[in-house]
Amino acid sequence: MAVKVRVMKRPEAKKSSYIRATLKGMALTFRHMVRAAGDRSEAVIQYPEQKKDISPRWRGTHVMEKHEDGRPKCVACGLCPTICPANCIKLVPGEDDQGNRYPIVYEIDEFRCIFCGMCQEVCPVEAIHVGQDYENAEYTRERFVYDLDRLMKQPHPSTLLWDPSDPTSE
Amino acid sequence: MIDGEPIYRIGELGDTAFLIVSAIRVLAVFTVLMVTVAMLTLLERKVSAWMQDRLGPNRVGPGGLLQPAADGVKNILKEETNPSEANRVFFTLAPMLSIIPALVTFAVIPFAAPLPTPFGIVPMVVADVPIGILFLLAFSSLGVYGIVLAGWASSNKYALLGGLRAGAQMISYEIALGLSLLGVFFLVGNVSLPEVVWAQQRMHLWFALPLSVSFFFFWIASFAETNRLPFDLPEAESELVTGYHTEYSSMKFSMFFIAEYAHVLTVSALMATLFLGGWDIPGWQGDNMAVGPGGTVIGAEPAVWKTVLTLLAFGAKTFFFIMVFMLVRWTVPRFRYDQVMDLGWKIMLPTALAAIVVTAGTILALDGAGVEYGLTYGLVLTAVNAVMLFAILWIMDRGHVLAGTGPEEQHRLSREAARRRAVPVEPTTAHRA
Repeated sequence: MAVKVRVMKRPEAKKSSYIRATLKGMALTFRHMVRAAGDRSEAVIQYPEQKKDISPRWRGTHVMEKHEDGRPKCVACGLCPTICPANCIKLVPGEDDQGNRYPIVYEIDEFRCIFCGMCQEVCPVEAIHVGQDYENAEYTRERFVYDLDRLMKQPHPSTLLWDPSDPTSE
Repeated sequence: MIDGEPIYRIGELGDTAFLIVSAIRVLAVFTVLMVTVAMLTLLERKVSAWMQDRLGPNRVGPGGLLQPAADGVKNILKEETNPSEANRVFFTLAPMLSIIPALVTFAVIPFAAPLPTPFGIVPMVVADVPIGILFLLAFSSLGVYGIVLAGWASSNKYALLGGLRAGAQMISYEIALGLSLLGVFFLVGNVSLPEVVWAQQRMHLWFALPLSVSFFFFWIASFAETNRLPFDLPEAESELVTGYHTEYSSMKFSMFFIAEYAHVLTVSALMATLFLGGWDIPGWQGDNMAVGPGGTVIGAEPAVWKTVLTLLAFGAKTFFFIMVFMLVRWTVPRFRYDQVMDLGWKIMLPTALAAIVVTAGTILALDGAGVEYGLTYGLVLTAVNAVMLFAILWIMDRGHVLAGTGPEEQHRLSREAARRRAVPVEPTTAHRA
């Protein structure tokens, strides 16, 4: 049996008028040019000066919250390195003479991080947060491993992830 | 057929005065040319940005005005790469061969009305050579050597293909270009460009109307001659990386770039001169003048302010063509190689030839009927050319130029018909046999 090939019935290829189409196209580009030669503020954001507002749920590089006296809020419970799907958080816990746990080493490799925000969700003391930031450029790869000092000094606000008790609201 | 007094080029200036005046003119024109070319690169980027609802370069200087300077500095400071397999001599020679003809051709274009000075009347053209247009054709054809050499000397397959395409394309379109110039020669009876302007002033009609077909073809051919879209096959990025200048970097690349824009400028100025009356101001007779024999002036009285005004008019006309160049570049996509060749050889060559025959016949008939060279003469030619142009556009507009790669639908129908005709073979018997 011959193989049955289904031939789609395509619409007749129209011979398009080239000259009229060209003139039409040129009229369009000319209109855009004249309009754009004035003000383009509705179409263009002048990036370094103007910035777009980002969502309050934007998940960027991390922020470590701290107490008033400057200590990190982290209690080195080890939940965030455990939940982290990218395995990018390095935590070495320590304990002071009053028995309070604190992180001796707390490093996040922002290159490995997938910015899922699970560390923030799992944190029992609301210490580690993902942040509202997207300007992460650095000159070396090493600079992308953020240590505890850097995480505490992050200038940008931390992200407001959804509240589990009120999931519909922001 | 032209009975107007022959005009004369180099005025009767003294030897020293001639040298000084020439040096000043060369310097002034060269400077203006280079600055304009630099500004054109900025203008192109701005115009393309505006067409695409962007802003274009706006960081260097006020409104990005210093961008060309920044580009120049960058290109000079950049590392220069010389491919080890390249032919060093020709590789270095090619950018020079490309840029020099582009700059030199501007020399014969008159850019303003003659200027009265204490030394006498100075024609506002750098080199008022009697062979004007021929000089121009010769030098603009030289530009292709730069591109072909660049393609060949790079020892790179893409560059070579780009160079080959440039050669084929330029040769194909030069024919249509030359043919469309013939109409101008018929009317002017001379090849000197100041004379072309003078002839248009005496007709009180720019040649764009009485020679509209020539104008149209010259315009199309000039796109091909400048290697700009829709005919930028020599550097077709999507197929050939960047074609003939793939292997070039830093200032050598920049020279090709400058050459392209110098070509655009020269061709625009040339079109303004040949078909839009050059520096003639429309609707005003006060600027109808030419330098006659012995440095005298035929026609209206020259004045400094008239020179300035006509310079502005010339600039405006040139700018118009430049803007169309840019508008077309950012609107029309690139042709396929076979389409370019088809358009050049199958459409433009025969049509331009036929149009020239008709125009020549009309001129012969007009002269035979004893019609005085002037407005009536021009209007009759305008009518004839308008009919021709309409016919040409009508034929081209029917999509005959740019159909697909082949009659696809017919192929499909014939395939289907063959399938229906085919006798189904009994598999059992067929295999046994």
